[in-house]
Amino acid sequence: MIPELGQFSLILALCLCVILGTLPLIGASRNNLLWMNLARPVTAGVFVFLAISIAILAYAFVQDDFSVQFVQQHSNLLLPTRYKVTAVWGGHEGSFLLWTFMLSGWMLAVSIYSKSMPIDFVARVLGVLGIICFAYILFMLATSNPFDRVVPLSPADGADLNSALQDIGFIIHPPTLYMGYVGFSVVFAFAMAALLSGRLDAAWARWCRPWANTAWAVLTLGIALGSWWAYYELGWGGWWAWDPVENPPLITWLFGTAMIHSLAATEKRGVFKSWTVLLAILAFAGSLLGTFITRSGLLTSVHAFASDPTRGVFILLIFGLAIGFALLLFALRAPLMKSDFGFSLLSREIFLLANNVILVVASASVLLGTLFPMVYQAITDELISIGPPYFNAIFAPLMVLLILLLGVGPICRWKKTSAQYLVMQLGRVALSSVALGVLLPLVVLLKFSVSATIASILASWICLAMLTDLVNKSANKITRLQGLKSLSLSYFGMQIAHFGVAVMLIGAAMTSNFSSEKSVLLASGESIDLGEYVFLFDGMTSVEGPNYIGDEAHIQVLRDGEFVRNLNPQRRLYVASGSPSTEMAIDAGFFRDLFITLGEAKEGGAWSMTIYIKPFIRWVWLGAIFMALGGLTAAGDKRYRRLRRRQEELLAEDLKANLQPAL
Amino acid sequence: MKVHRQKRLGIILFIAAGLSISIALAAYALRQNISLFYTPTQVAEGEVPTGQHFRIGGMVKAGSFQSAQDSLRVEFVTTDYVSDVPIHYEGILPDLFREGQGLVAEGAMDAAGVFQASRVLAKHDENYMSQEVRAALDAAEASEMNSSPLAEQ
Repeated sequence: MIPELGQFSLILALCLCVILGTLPLIGASRNNLLWMNLARPVTAGVFVFLAISIAILAYAFVQDDFSVQFVQQHSNLLLPTRYKVTAVWGGHEGSFLLWTFMLSGWMLAVSIYSKSMPIDFVARVLGVLGIICFAYILFMLATSNPFDRVVPLSPADGADLNSALQDIGFIIHPPTLYMGYVGFSVVFAFAMAALLSGRLDAAWARWCRPWANTAWAVLTLGIALGSWWAYYELGWGGWWAWDPVENPPLITWLFGTAMIHSLAATEKRGVFKSWTVLLAILAFAGSLLGTFITRSGLLTSVHAFASDPTRGVFILLIFGLAIGFALLLFALRAPLMKSDFGFSLLSREIFLLANNVILVVASASVLLGTLFPMVYQAITDELISIGPPYFNAIFAPLMVLLILLLGVGPICRWKKTSAQYLVMQLGRVALSSVALGVLLPLVVLLKFSVSATIASILASWICLAMLTDLVNKSANKITRLQGLKSLSLSYFGMQIAHFGVAVMLIGAAMTSNFSSEKSVLLASGESIDLGEYVFLFDGMTSVEGPNYIGDEAHIQVLRDGEFVRNLNPQRRLYVASGSPSTEMAIDAGFFRDLFITLGEAKEGGAWSMTIYIKPFIRWVWLGAIFMALGGLTAAGDKRYRRLRRRQEELLAEDLKANLQPAL
Repeated sequence: MKVHRQKRLGIILFIAAGLSISIALAAYALRQNISLFYTPTQVAEGEVPTGQHFRIGGMVKAGSFQSAQDSLRVEFVTTDYVSDVPIHYEGILPDLFREGQGLVAEGAMDAAGVFQASRVLAKHDENYMSQEVRAALDAAEASEMNSSPLAEQ
C-alpha cells in the first residue's frame, strides 16, 4: 500500500506541474497577477509531493519491501542501512526520481530567493521549470516507475546493490553531480524567461549570476567527487579516463564555464547578450545529453543503466522538443536584443570572448570524440572506440592557450587597454614565471620533464599575474588592508577560482608525468622497492563484513629504513550477488599518494598486486575545491542582494503605476 | 557605423579562425586515435594485419584460463562460439573477469597468432552484456546460420 502512495504522490506532482507549466506563463503574458501568483505555492506543492515520493521509496528500501521491483533489484537483507537508503539512486528509476526531486529543490529555492524579482519574471522562470519537471515526471511514470511491483509473489530477498557502489563515494557523488547538473536548468529557465519577456538587460544578468555561479560550483564539486571516487574505487590508478559517461558532465561544465564568464560581461558591460543565452541553452542541452547517454543503453560502462530502447526514444524526444523550442525562440527573439560593440580590440571583453571561444571549442571537441563512435556505428555498423590520446591531444593545447589568456584577462580593463600598460604590468610577471616554472620542479622533485615545466610556468603565470592584480587593485586606499577590504566578494571569487585552476594544473601535470607503478608477485616476507619507498608484504588475514567475506593483505611501507605506515588492501566477495571487488589501500598525502591494489592468490601464498606512487594527485581535487569555493564566494556577493533591494523598490513603484489603470 | 561593422567583422573572423584551426586539429587527432573493433571470427579469418592495434571482444572460453604461478602472466581463449583466439596478458585482471563471461581486450596480434593484450576490460555485469561482445556473438550466430545449410549440401 505504501509504495502506491509514493506513486500517487508522483502523479499529484505531475498534475501540479501541468498547472505550473501553463497558468503562470499565460498569466505573465496577459498580465494576470492572480495567475502569476500561483507560481510560488504550486512550486512548493511540487516539491512537497516529490519529497514524499522519494521518502517513500527510501522507506521501502529500509523496510526491505522486496515486492517493489526496484528495491528487489538494488537491495538485500544484509545491506547496511546507509546503503539501503542511498540505494534509492543505485539504479535508473530511483536515480531519476532523485534527479527530478533535485530539480524541484532548485525550483523551491528560486521561488524563495526571488522576492526581489518582478513577479512576471518569477512566473516565467518557474513556469519553464514546471514544464521541464512535467516532462521528467511523465517520463518516469511512463517508462521507468520506481514503484512498480513484482507480481504475483514477492521475493524473499533482493539481488543486492552493485558491489562497486557500496562506498562513501556513492553516497555523496550522485546527489552532488545531479544537483549541479540540474542547476543549469534554472539558468536555462532564466534565459527562456528573458527571451519570452524580451527583457535581457543588466538587471537580468544580475538576477541570473548567483544561480549560474552556484550551479557551476556544485557541478564542479560533483565532477571532482566522481573523479576522486573513480580513483580510489576502480583501482586503475588514474583520475580521468575520458569515458563516454564522464564526458557529458565535462561538456556541460565547459559550456557552463563559458557561460558564467560571458554572463559577467553581460552584467558589467551589456555585451554578448544573445551569446550568453545561447550558452545557457547549450549547457542545458549538455545536461540532457548526459541523461540520454547514460539512460538509453547506448553505452556500456560503470555508469550506464540497463538498456531499454523506449527510454532512449523518450529522452531523445524531450531533448529534441526542449532544445528545438528553445532554439526557435532564440532565433525569433535574439535579433531584437542589441548588444553594444563599444570595446576595442584590446580590452577585457575581447579576452572574455577568447575564453568563450576556447571553452566552446574544447567542449565541442569532447562532444565530437564522445558521439563519433556512436554515429559511426549507426552509419557503418562497425564498432570503433576513441581513446584518451585523442582527448589529450586536443585538450592540452587548448588549455595552455586558455591559461595564457587567463593571466592577462583580469588585468585588462573594460572597453580599452593600451598594449603598453599590459607590457608594463605583465612583462616582469612573464619573466619571473618562466624562471620560477623552470626552477621549481627541478629543485622540488629533482626531475625534469618538458610538459611538467610548461605546467609549472603556466601555474606561476596565473599566480603572479593574480598577485600583480591584487597589488594594483588594493593600492588606491591608505593601507593595503583597507584596499583589500574595498574589493568585492565576486572579485575574490574570481581570484580563488583562478587559483584553483593553477592548483589543478600542477596536480594534473605532475601526476601524469611523474607517477610510477609496478605490478608484482609477492610472497609473505618479500619486499619490493618503488621510488624511495620499500613495500614489505607481511601476509594475509581473513576479514568479514556485514555482507561480504574477504582477504586482507598487510603491507608495511618503509622509507629510508624507517616505518611509514601499514597499508591493507582487500579483496572482497559480496555474498548475495557473488561479485568480487577489490578495495584499494591508499596513503593519501599532500605531495604524493601511495596506492596498492590487490590481484589474486597464486601457489605458495604469493599474491599479485600493483603498487602506485602518484605525486601531487590530491592537487587535482584541491584545485576543483578552490574553483567551487570561488564560484560560491562570487555568488554570495552583497552586490546582488543590495541591487536587488533597490530594484525591488523601483519595481514596486513600477508595479503600482502599472496596476493603477487596471484597477 | 563603419567602425562598428569592422569590429564585428574582426570578431567574426577571429572566431572563424579559432574554429577552423581547432576543427583541423580535431580531425587530425581523431584519425590518429581511432581503434577498430574485431570479432574472433574476423581475426581468425585474417582480416587484421599483424601488429595493428585494435580491440577484440568475445566470451572467455570455459576451461581455457591459465595463470603462471611465478609471474603475473595469464593466458586464456576468447571465443564467439565459432572461432577462438588465444590471448596473453601480463597484469592484474579486472574484478569482473570470469570464464564464461564477456570481455573486451586491447592489443595486437603477434606473429604466432596470439593476441598480446595491453589492457583487459570486463565490461559487463550480471544483467547485461557489453555492446561489443553482443555484436561479436550476433555476428557469429548470423554467419553460422549462413554457413550451416552449405555444410549440409
